[in-house]
Amino acid sequence: MSVLVYTENWDGKFKKLSFELVSYATGVAKMLSTSVTAVSIGKVDAAELGKLGNYGAEKIISVNNDHLNSLDSQAYTSVISEISKQENATVIIISNNNTGKSIAPRLSVRLKAGVGSGVSRLPLDLNPFTVYKRTYSGNAFAHLVIKSDIKILTLAQNSFDLVETSNNVTIENLNVSVDGSLVKTVVRDVQKQTGKIVLTDADIVVSGGRGMKSPDNWSSLVDLATLLGAATACSRPVSDEGWRPHEEHTGQTGKIIAPNLYIAVGISGATQHLAGISSSKYIVAINTDKDAPIFEAAQYGIVGDAMKVLPKLVAAVKEMKK
Amino acid sequence: MKILVCISNVPDTTTKIKFAEGNRSIDTTGIQWVINPWDELSLTRALELKDDVGSGIKSVTVVHVGPATSEPTIRKALAIGADDAIRINAESSDAWFVAAQIAEVVKKEKFDIIMCGIESSDYNGSAVGGMIAEFLEIPSVSAVSGIKFENGQPVMTREIDGGKEVVTVSVPFVAIVQKGIAKEPRIAAMRGIMMARSKPVKLIEPYSVEPLTQIVVFEKPAPRAACKYIDAENPAGLIDLLQNEAKVI
Repeated sequence: MSVLVYTENWDGKFKKLSFELVSYATGVAKMLSTSVTAVSIGKVDAAELGKLGNYGAEKIISVNNDHLNSLDSQAYTSVISEISKQENATVIIISNNNTGKSIAPRLSVRLKAGVGSGVSRLPLDLNPFTVYKRTYSGNAFAHLVIKSDIKILTLAQNSFDLVETSNNVTIENLNVSVDGSLVKTVVRDVQKQTGKIVLTDADIVVSGGRGMKSPDNWSSLVDLATLLGAATACSRPVSDEGWRPHEEHTGQTGKIIAPNLYIAVGISGATQHLAGISSSKYIVAINTDKDAPIFEAAQYGIVGDAMKVLPKLVAAVKEMKK
Repeated sequence: MKILVCISNVPDTTTKIKFAEGNRSIDTTGIQWVINPWDELSLTRALELKDDVGSGIKSVTVVHVGPATSEPTIRKALAIGADDAIRINAESSDAWFVAAQIAEVVKKEKFDIIMCGIESSDYNGSAVGGMIAEFLEIPSVSAVSGIKFENGQPVMTREIDGGKEVVTVSVPFVAIVQKGIAKEPRIAAMRGIMMARSKPVKLIEPYSVEPLTQIVVFEKPAPRAACKYIDAENPAGLIDLLQNEAKVI
């Protein structure tokens, strides 16, 4: 028996997300009195792989094959399911990000394993195996019983604190043979965001809504974000109007994020917007309308005009940094 | 080519969720049911592709797993422009059950492109599309924010962390779509609503599959503490609270 965790890397490096997954897997393994095996696919050096041990992984299986350089949901599923059988895994943990969403359901069918997606706490019970998951876009949480022998859990991002431990870790380089003709995904072009903080990774997000009044007013918002090391985001009307790129849209149909701090500027806080940000640890609202629903979700609020408040906040952060 | 669009019937996204039966289910009193927002965008894009004669798309069919009470949602999809519909007559108990039913349909009636929304706004499972593909052993591409045809071949844009990739896969495949796939949902015109009445809805009884998961109880999210207000004339107080009280900057 073991707990298997799939740890994604980005150009050979792990991110906080990967360590969250291993910390979570270690928590589950403790409940089951077993150990954690981490799987990594792609070129990652031994020093980087070893970092997974700092969060409780006892064994790391590193798979490197040229056919696996970009994500092919079928090929990745085959590799992870083979390792899972070899390791006799009873619980498999994957991120609830886009990569995880493309692998977890396929793995579920391959292994006849029920999926609990978007879990944000350790299992509530082992018998029956019950997990705590987000439903109705954050308006309700469900206790979900998984009845199959093998369980797949996808972990909501930034929902589980890192837990450092020290233990011996063994790294195994696994040579797998992949039939290239079975890899169906052909990547023609890659467009990477450069020099910007990735919204879904950001600890702090500064987001603007219609209250910003015009796309020309964004500079003070961007200044604040830059000073705080934050990513920028926006509400749906703003992306629909083309004031900001649609990649920045946070909300039910846009990106769902859970930063430590979300600063909503000129956003009224419609249900659909809150669905994308309600898991943020702290929410700050700046809005002219004191009755805007965003203030019900926020811990800190300023009733005022964003155009006047933002420059003062920028000055205050500069003062703090001195 | 034929497109199959999977649609889910969900409460309108502005619904205040209340529970019933000792929090074991959702109180459906007064709920307005709609096509899941991502499925609606997916249907819109499928119809746009069909409108483009160069794509070679001959028909757009919608499939839904649900009881007779979800017929209005199916009619809405037909009014928007789907050619026909298939309803599998069963409660959609979990993603495994739903995907198994739809996969059975695809095995019998061949489709070239199967489109699913990236999640349903009720269970937030993000699982049905990938499961259908695995049941059928065909490729799937997740987080698709664009699909078009080039020389008769579908080309997709998928979102990855911090970027995008342009990808192709072999047909048939499952496209799991998200925001960006269509600009905004197509709205049913009066003519479409009239025509929808006579479009065929094929009824299929479910085949026997045991769900693998079950929701046993719901709970509300933990209430947040009341908002602390900071004077708009002196917002520096906010920075102090964020630094020393919340400790997030």
